[in-house]
Amino acid sequence: MEFEAVIGLEVHCQLKTKSKIFCSCSTDFGAPPNTHVCPICLGMPGVLPVLNKKVLEYALKLSLATNCSINNRNIFARKHYFYPDLPKGYQISQFDLPIAEHGWIEIEKQDGTKKRIGITRIHMEEDAGKLIHDDKRPLSYVDLNRTGTPLLEIVSEPEISAPEEAGEYLKVLRELVRYLEISDGNMEEGSLRCDANISIRKRGDTELGTKTELKNMNSFRHVQKALEYEIRRQTALMLDGQKIVQETRLWDEAKGITLPMRGKEEAHDYRYFPDPDLIPVEISAEWIDDIKNGLIELPAQKRERFKAQYGLPYEDIRSLTASRALADFFEECVKKFNNPKKVANWIMVELMKLLKQDALDIAQCKIQPQHLAELLLLIDEGKISGKIAKDILEKTYATGRPPTDIVNEEGLLQVSDDDTLYSVCKEVATENPKEVDKFRAGKKKVIGFLVGQVMKKTKGKANPKRVNEILIELIG
Amino acid sequence: MDDAGLLRLSCLELRALLDKGEITSFELTNACLRRIEEVDKKVNAYITVDRDGALMGSKKADEMIRKGESRPFTGIPIGLKDVLCTKGLRTTCASKILKDFIPPYDATVVERLRAEGAVILGKLNMDEFAMGSSTENSAFFPTKNPWNLDCIPGGSSGGSAASVASLTSCASLGSDTGGSIRQPASHCGIVGMKPAYGRVSRFGLVAFASSLDQIGPMTKTVKDCALMLNSIAGSDIRDSTSHPSPCPDFLDYTDRDIKGMTIGVPLEYMSEGLHNDVKEAVEGAISKLEDAGAVIKEITLPHTEYAVSAYYIIAPSEASSNLMRYDGVKYGFRAGDYDDLMDMYIKTRSMGFGQEVKRRIMLGTFSLASGYYDAYYKKASQVRGIIAEDFQKAFNECDIILAPVAPTPAFRLGEKTDDPLEMYLSDIFTIPVNLAGLPAISVPCALSSSGLPIGIQFIGPQMGDHLCIQFASFYERLRGNFGECPIS
Ligand SMILES: [Zn+2]
Repeated sequence: MEFEAVIGLEVHCQLKTKSKIFCSCSTDFGAPPNTHVCPICLGMPGVLPVLNKKVLEYALKLSLATNCSINNRNIFARKHYFYPDLPKGYQISQFDLPIAEHGWIEIEKQDGTKKRIGITRIHMEEDAGKLIHDDKRPLSYVDLNRTGTPLLEIVSEPEISAPEEAGEYLKVLRELVRYLEISDGNMEEGSLRCDANISIRKRGDTELGTKTELKNMNSFRHVQKALEYEIRRQTALMLDGQKIVQETRLWDEAKGITLPMRGKEEAHDYRYFPDPDLIPVEISAEWIDDIKNGLIELPAQKRERFKAQYGLPYEDIRSLTASRALADFFEECVKKFNNPKKVANWIMVELMKLLKQDALDIAQCKIQPQHLAELLLLIDEGKISGKIAKDILEKTYATGRPPTDIVNEEGLLQVSDDDTLYSVCKEVATENPKEVDKFRAGKKKVIGFLVGQVMKKTKGKANPKRVNEILIELIG
Repeated sequence: MDDAGLLRLSCLELRALLDKGEITSFELTNACLRRIEEVDKKVNAYITVDRDGALMGSKKADEMIRKGESRPFTGIPIGLKDVLCTKGLRTTCASKILKDFIPPYDATVVERLRAEGAVILGKLNMDEFAMGSSTENSAFFPTKNPWNLDCIPGGSSGGSAASVASLTSCASLGSDTGGSIRQPASHCGIVGMKPAYGRVSRFGLVAFASSLDQIGPMTKTVKDCALMLNSIAGSDIRDSTSHPSPCPDFLDYTDRDIKGMTIGVPLEYMSEGLHNDVKEAVEGAISKLEDAGAVIKEITLPHTEYAVSAYYIIAPSEASSNLMRYDGVKYGFRAGDYDDLMDMYIKTRSMGFGQEVKRRIMLGTFSLASGYYDAYYKKASQVRGIIAEDFQKAFNECDIILAPVAPTPAFRLGEKTDDPLEMYLSDIFTIPVNLAGLPAISVPCALSSSGLPIGIQFIGPQMGDHLCIQFASFYERLRGNFGECPIS
């Protein structure tokens, strides 16, 4: 019997507005506990929330970028539950009228074909605080710095049918929020969080099976692994004729399994009702238009343009457009050195290697686009060899010094002047009589060794092509 | 002049004395504090008296007056219902759960009055979290009616009303969710106004039912009420529900005629259940106003009978949500001796809240529960809309509505404490106004056969606070001298 998985994802995306959603506290991370708080986000008696308009703007950006229809009238609702990290005893969220509904994003499947995943809804809400448990005593500390940080919850349709697709969906979503500059989109740091609903059914069936909800996955890899595990677990149960229990399960990364969550989580009644402290927010058509017009080029559009404009292979385009900063770097570079393929190769191979070593982002890199263009021009003009260029790139990477400066100060210009090359070649020929004999005896390959010797003596600055010619002339 | 004689003066009269330098705020404040010492042990209007803060405030006010920077409330000693947050001054909501809570901020109304140099004497008793009609639900002690110490002062702003009536403050602020300013004002023979919803910022008012709560003045005269409304009203960026429209000068409406204007009298309010003395008082007021040139018109508010039921779903629903935050984690009371988190929540809230508050939390929690929401909360919200429409239609035919405030004069302490439903019905004429978000003012009208005050209310159209003041002030002049509170 063949089974297929039906997966829906609920993603929480932390917005990087300067201040919180309902008060003016800072949203910065890493401050000492309970320093970014005020009576409002502490839920003190008598205080009132006032909506940060920036949150609305960010929400509209993502809603438009995911092809959603926007609700002109937005209502905030209270979601009630008791927990020490929730100071008011309710979270201000949206229920009946979320900001956006019925959208989609496009992902690319393993086989290269494209697939649309529906977005059920996007809504705005506030984040809760954090509990820090004392590992020695039965004691918990509450840090409310994060309380009131704005979140968007993005709920997908159950249209994802494989763990890889889920990973792809998350990547596309992360790319979007980063392009729009509304979130860091970092799963490891919690600015992107993902829960998954998953069920399986016999291939071809139209009815949905019983689903489980998976939580506690802190990276794309975790999401994929948890879904893979859950598919195996549910399939085994089905084959064994057992029932799947509808429940929430937590991913245990250490053990590589999902485990049912303890406690009576399922019995929650959140008692949603419209928050009487916040008036309905009307979103005008003009505002939507303004934001639409102000939207930057989105990843999918950028890829189309790159294909048409630079004629690069699709794989290159994907890597280059992985972030806005990288794509911009590439384009800046091409403006100054018009050979897209060469620029792309150097970025993807050499530059990426350096960045990867230090786990840096292109934005944190000391190499500027004009540096790389300069370097490629030096190679192109025969002034330096590719090998030297790589050394220079490393130096620029480490210091931020422009390649031309490095070349000049360190005397790295390629030696193409024949007098010098002739004399070095003669020297090498004299010092290696055996190899010269071998060459003359027909072992043409040995020329490589001789060229290498010349390069060594010139510290790599000799033009290898010319050295080759001169050697043949001398000993041939 | 003895203390009582001085304190019998209105805020406007005191203003004149202060500005002429015939009295200082320091002297006036001391008179209030002496009066509190003397009288409040009988009345029990105050939960907290801030002697030092008040005296310090009075000195600052005297300085302002000396420099010619005096404003309407500079140097006037006032009291605040203990539901209004006061920076550095304990704010309890008459609840054990907030017994020792000291807010690090002022409510907007407090901030505005402080900026004028008003002297804050202390915090006044109330029904716990403003839930009640008699101030018997205070976790600390009941307040007595200064007109008859065996009677309730009304509620939930009973302390605010009793303090003005017993001359232990020159004016006070209360809050009105279903009649909590107007009913105690009526029972204590003072003026009390619930402004239109959104007229006064709710920031810093500890929420009972957010969509119904309004802060309002409780004063000796309508002019004082207008004066105080001038000081506290107006939009506030910290309250999204505050109304953006600019406020007129309310004092400007206190000397106007009402000749030729139409007063609507709702049929449904004058029917059965109305105490005879109250009925006579209202009818007396109607004929006086008619004689003075007003046009009296019988109107109908056909859905009045559903108001109390709708209110007792909406208000507890919002309350159950607003009171979630009192969980023992961050501030206020926390029960000791608990086993785990859940046990801490249960013990804290069971011990921290009083009977009536717990009753309403349960009512509200039930009304909002999934599966019941549509039948209760949603239906009640629809009824609320219909009640608002009733008023809207009525105001096509009249400029103002005249109605009784409470169906009976003040009842005796303990008389209704065992019967919550009976207690709920005492707000029957005030509740519809909150549901519709309208302004209304209670003004003393007559004394009952047993010598207890009876008020009438003028209900204005949407944002028509100035009309309430105009009619109430006109009526006050027409009525002439009102009996003197025996304790004064
Ligand atoms: Zn804050």
